[in-house]
Amino acid sequence: MGKTLAEKILSLKSHGEAKAGDVVIADVDLAFVQDTTGPLTIRQFKESGFEALAKPQQTIIFLDHAAPSPAQQLSNDHILLRCFAGETGCRIYEVGEGICHQLIAEQFANPGDVILGSDSHTVTAGALGAFATGMGSSDIAVALALGKTWFRVPESFLIELKGVFLRGVYAKDLILYLIGQIGADGANYKALEFGGEALAQMTMPQRLTIANMAVEAGAKVGLFPGDEITRDFLMEHGRGDNYKPLYPDAEANYEQVILVNLDQLEPMLSLPHAVDNVRPVTRVKGVKIQQAFIGTCTNGRLEDLAVAAEILKGKKRHPGTRLLIAPASRQVLIRAIEKGYIQILIEAGAAILPPGCAACLGLHQGVLGDGEVCLSTANRNFKGRMGNPEAMVYLASPATAAASAIKGEITDPRDLM
Amino acid sequence: MVKMPDLVLKGKAIKLGDNISTDDIIPGRFAHLRSNLPELARHVLEDAVPGFASRVKLSDFLVAGKNFGLGSSREHAPVVIKMSGVGAILAKSAARIFFRNAINQGLPVLLCDTDKIGDGDELEINLTGGMIANLTSGITLNCSKMPPIMSAILEEGGLIPYIQKHKGFVIIS
Repeated sequence: MGKTLAEKILSLKSHGEAKAGDVVIADVDLAFVQDTTGPLTIRQFKESGFEALAKPQQTIIFLDHAAPSPAQQLSNDHILLRCFAGETGCRIYEVGEGICHQLIAEQFANPGDVILGSDSHTVTAGALGAFATGMGSSDIAVALALGKTWFRVPESFLIELKGVFLRGVYAKDLILYLIGQIGADGANYKALEFGGEALAQMTMPQRLTIANMAVEAGAKVGLFPGDEITRDFLMEHGRGDNYKPLYPDAEANYEQVILVNLDQLEPMLSLPHAVDNVRPVTRVKGVKIQQAFIGTCTNGRLEDLAVAAEILKGKKRHPGTRLLIAPASRQVLIRAIEKGYIQILIEAGAAILPPGCAACLGLHQGVLGDGEVCLSTANRNFKGRMGNPEAMVYLASPATAAASAIKGEITDPRDLM
Repeated sequence: MVKMPDLVLKGKAIKLGDNISTDDIIPGRFAHLRSNLPELARHVLEDAVPGFASRVKLSDFLVAGKNFGLGSSREHAPVVIKMSGVGAILAKSAARIFFRNAINQGLPVLLCDTDKIGDGDELEINLTGGMIANLTSGITLNCSKMPPIMSAILEEGGLIPYIQKHKGFVIIS
């Protein structure tokens, strides 16, 4: 019988035949923590009596969630993480380098890898065909020491994509639409596997946006095949030798097949306070916003800033709307400066934040006030997410965020293009 | 081998709704307290259930709807729930990462039809058999089984004691 992508990768990494429903012990190629989950991981690692890392060069600490630190307690957590890196010889990415998931995509992930992160959006690397998933501190502590973890091999949903995005419609709109269809727990414990003829034209940044939000439908992973676009991305990032083709078998068994015609999508929004509370932008137009935030592991890439710059060029943000922009990595920021996007965005009234998670999780750099509304390109809008349970967060594409920042209210980007 | 007695928990139900997220359990604005767990535990479920930390009693059960614990991988979420005194979580379904984290912390999560449980109902949970007796209504509920490896981790009191004992993962077929 044929294998899904999930079954293929887990068969390889468990050195056996893995099929959906099996429990396997798999090799972990790369494990990482970030600064809000890393300290607990390290304490558990030490309390367990572990001393050495199984793979120091494939163990990474990212300082991205509270970076630079806004509070003394978090500064002390950063010290703990830096000391651990010094003691064990693992890699560490300092304040300002960027968001863990973007750096994993730029520098580490390969098709067929097993990647664990103590962050739920670790699924982002599924865009490159890596079985990448988030776990808690205990699981990561054990994986750091043993180089292994256990998995229940997930059943897969095939998301079959055809057609092309129309003007003003982006990968973010597709994944919001899908989460609205599947529901926040509709793919709980499952793998979402993306396929279909539309993949031939779907860029890596688009794939990263889509895979990033697989967890918002409950999924364990969001997997793309390793194809020519994957190969080209790896070559551009200096690791073309790591490419290997990775496709599901033609006779693979899927629990569900969901067909989406990209031509039929329109700009979408996720409304407070649930990611699966999805509506077309046309039905929510006119809601006043006090803050627009473009960035995060979902939509802080060069292509996202390009779209925002295209819409904001020669325009100004609405006087009642703050515009915050955080590039996902240092490389994204440098390229955005080279391409002139940053100048355009600053001239339009944007505040540029350092590469990192920024306002996404309510810790710093854009905490909302009581009754305020933010239109964010992030992946979560739970009550309290941006630091205030009395605030409201809508999720949308960078184009919708940019257009809405100009008008001061939720705006269909096609009206300004 | 001596047969171990069944592990039984008794307590009162505190009912919650669907989709209780990790941001409900620990709002992001308290992230600076994550290395001070006793202080963090004072804010558990603060926005979703006002006054929760002062209301919860030792061995109470959280009884939720679907998709309990969706969101972040922060293991602090089950840690502070356990620290608050909660003996077990009952839900129609639980988000994947939270479910695994709770078991890794030795906090039982049982999946069952929680519509059959009311706020304040007295429950007796047989963890070994996966059965819940609602002493208030007289109804008995069956829980869905977790993979044997998770039961083994829970029996050891969490992942770290499990690994210290077994020195690795053991697949039980």
